[in-house]
Amino acid sequence: MGVVHGEQMVLNIGPQHPSTHGVLRLKVKTDGEIISEITPVIGYLHRCFEKHCENMTYDQVIPYTDRCDYLAAMANNFGYVVAVEELMELKVPEKVDYIRVIMAEFQRIASHLLALGVYGLDIGAFTPFLFMLRDRERILDMFEMTCGARLLYNYMWVGGVSHDLPKGFVETAFQFLDYFEPQIEEYNNLLTYNKIFIERTADIGVLPPEVAISYGVSGPNLRASGVKWDLRKNAPYSIYDKFDFDVCIGDGGQGSLGDCWDRYYVRMLEVKESVKILRQALAQIPKDGDVHQAIPKKIRPPKGSIYSRTETPRGDLGFYIESDGSPIPTRVKMRSPAFTALAVLGELSEGWMMSDVISILGSLDIVLGEIDR
Amino acid sequence: MTVDLLFSWLSSLTSTIEDSSILLLVAIIIPCVALFLVMAVNAIVMVYVERKVAAFMQDRVGPMGQGVGLHAGKWGLLQTVADALKLLTKEDIIPEKADKFLFILAPFVIFIGAFIAIVAVPFGETVIVADFNIGIFYILAMGSLGVIGIIIAGWSSNNKWSLYGGMRSAAQIVSYEIPAGLSIIVIIMLTGTLSMQGIIEYQSGGMGNWIIFANPFAFIAFLIYFISVIAETNRTPFDIPEAESELVGGFHTEYSGMRWSFFFLSEYANMLVVCAVAAAGFLGGWHSPIPGYFDSNGWGIFWMLSKIVFLIFIMMWFRWTFPRLRVDQLMNVCWKVFLPISLINIFGVGVWTLIFG
Repeated sequence: MGVVHGEQMVLNIGPQHPSTHGVLRLKVKTDGEIISEITPVIGYLHRCFEKHCENMTYDQVIPYTDRCDYLAAMANNFGYVVAVEELMELKVPEKVDYIRVIMAEFQRIASHLLALGVYGLDIGAFTPFLFMLRDRERILDMFEMTCGARLLYNYMWVGGVSHDLPKGFVETAFQFLDYFEPQIEEYNNLLTYNKIFIERTADIGVLPPEVAISYGVSGPNLRASGVKWDLRKNAPYSIYDKFDFDVCIGDGGQGSLGDCWDRYYVRMLEVKESVKILRQALAQIPKDGDVHQAIPKKIRPPKGSIYSRTETPRGDLGFYIESDGSPIPTRVKMRSPAFTALAVLGELSEGWMMSDVISILGSLDIVLGEIDR
Repeated sequence: MTVDLLFSWLSSLTSTIEDSSILLLVAIIIPCVALFLVMAVNAIVMVYVERKVAAFMQDRVGPMGQGVGLHAGKWGLLQTVADALKLLTKEDIIPEKADKFLFILAPFVIFIGAFIAIVAVPFGETVIVADFNIGIFYILAMGSLGVIGIIIAGWSSNNKWSLYGGMRSAAQIVSYEIPAGLSIIVIIMLTGTLSMQGIIEYQSGGMGNWIIFANPFAFIAFLIYFISVIAETNRTPFDIPEAESELVGGFHTEYSGMRWSFFFLSEYANMLVVCAVAAAGFLGGWHSPIPGYFDSNGWGIFWMLSKIVFLIFIMMWFRWTFPRLRVDQLMNVCWKVFLPISLINIFGVGVWTLIFG
């Protein structure tokens, strides 16, 4: 049977579209429902993050990192302060390290819950989205309890954190984890193993490991292709080497390795691993200690440069910081994991249908704030 | 039937009026207005119920009011009324590049399709506007008028998303008519009549006589019919013509205000019609489940409505549970699964009737 080629139509998906996860524009060449070419057009959310950083002191940069990946602001704070501390060769108290890991892992759960829920929404299931947001809300409540903010925290400072954990935080956190763990089963019953959901995601948008590596894809998207790479294990920063957890990889459970379902399911598994880390960290955290103790009065890193990487919910977040010894950085460069994930979209979607493009884009879990910066 | 009854009743009342054509006109207009009210009330109630059902399934409270007056009433009962008022007062936007005539025409075509289908829907032993001898066939035919309106809407908007939605729904609705129609044939084979009242009469005498329990093939026919009509009414998991996350709004992307609400009105009216056909054709219509138990005329309306509401609730349950199928998967289900099963079904019912009936 020969393939009939009709007239091609150029379709703009976005910048205002329900499923582009922000202000992303996709220039799509279609032949009926079939996509022949797809070009992401980015820059609608560009806020000159890197240029701004060249005119601000080191601690003033932190609120800007919040606004890059606004769904995982804690993780972005974490990445930046770890880089500056490494440049200054600053050692933070143990308690600060524990608090940071706890916050980063809660943030990972919150971010993955949103990613999974919105993915359900992209596929057309509305209820799982609200179930997951309901549970994410409780994490945000805990963040609010700690630092007063629910989305953009400015919580981690160079050398410490802005507030100590409030009274009763550890108990609240344990209560949440006890409540949350059975919920994962509910999500699985409702969405993960739904026949229609599997039909829509399995075998679609297959990302082979070689392609993923050559594009620099990282995080859950890379692990879903079967590559066991997690900076928390492979290049431990902070105190991640103290905890016992697994790096989850995709296994092509419902289709082939590296399909949309794998990318979805790896996130679900990672949520479970984060719960594991949290249980250990919450049990081990030192009772007393001053979280402001190591915060330097003036942040003047020595002349030099540093490239430091951390594992955010979206993958390897790199910060390149160059210092000339003044209180203002000469250059801050951010290597964003969502950017590389979006770059691979064109490769994945060619030849698929309109609906599949939405499901592939959703499975990559991009945040435009981080792509455009 | 009702028009004739109404006409004779009116002429007996007013013996002074000589010209009977005026009376005939009145006798026609009264049921029309009544049906329109049924549709409007149905939409208002169903939107409210849909929101409450969704809220119940999603651990929310749904529309809530703080009191009476302008605060959407107690339990948000006036929410849809307020929404309808809002839609009425909204600016009516017609895109500059749209085909204006067709753009204005489309909502009415869809609306009329749903409206004239209700004419043959029986709500009680005597509560039916017109009991045609081809009633069920008529409803099927009129139910598919709506797709023309959807295509017109998709085409005339001059918007790529609308066009996608229109094309998708054309393929979808036309395809799903076939398994739905073939399932209806099972009813016709068993009852030997096309009249809605005749079909319901056949099922008198309790649940055991309902067609859904008549034989296993009829049960399968009911399932196929019900799933097919969900596709025909564009509801999740078959809501690809208006798939929000893909096509923005599908065929009604460019519509706003009252024109948009006509699509909504028709969607809920269509749900009412297809569920009424399912209730009348498979679930005994206005008959009580137990013979002699609240089986008088007035209760007939209650039984019919509760069966319809139950089926509509299942449709809502589907909508808030399932993801959406892709357009080619949808076609696969229709042509490769439902169509063969429906054909086997017809054969099976024939054999069953020969052996047991």
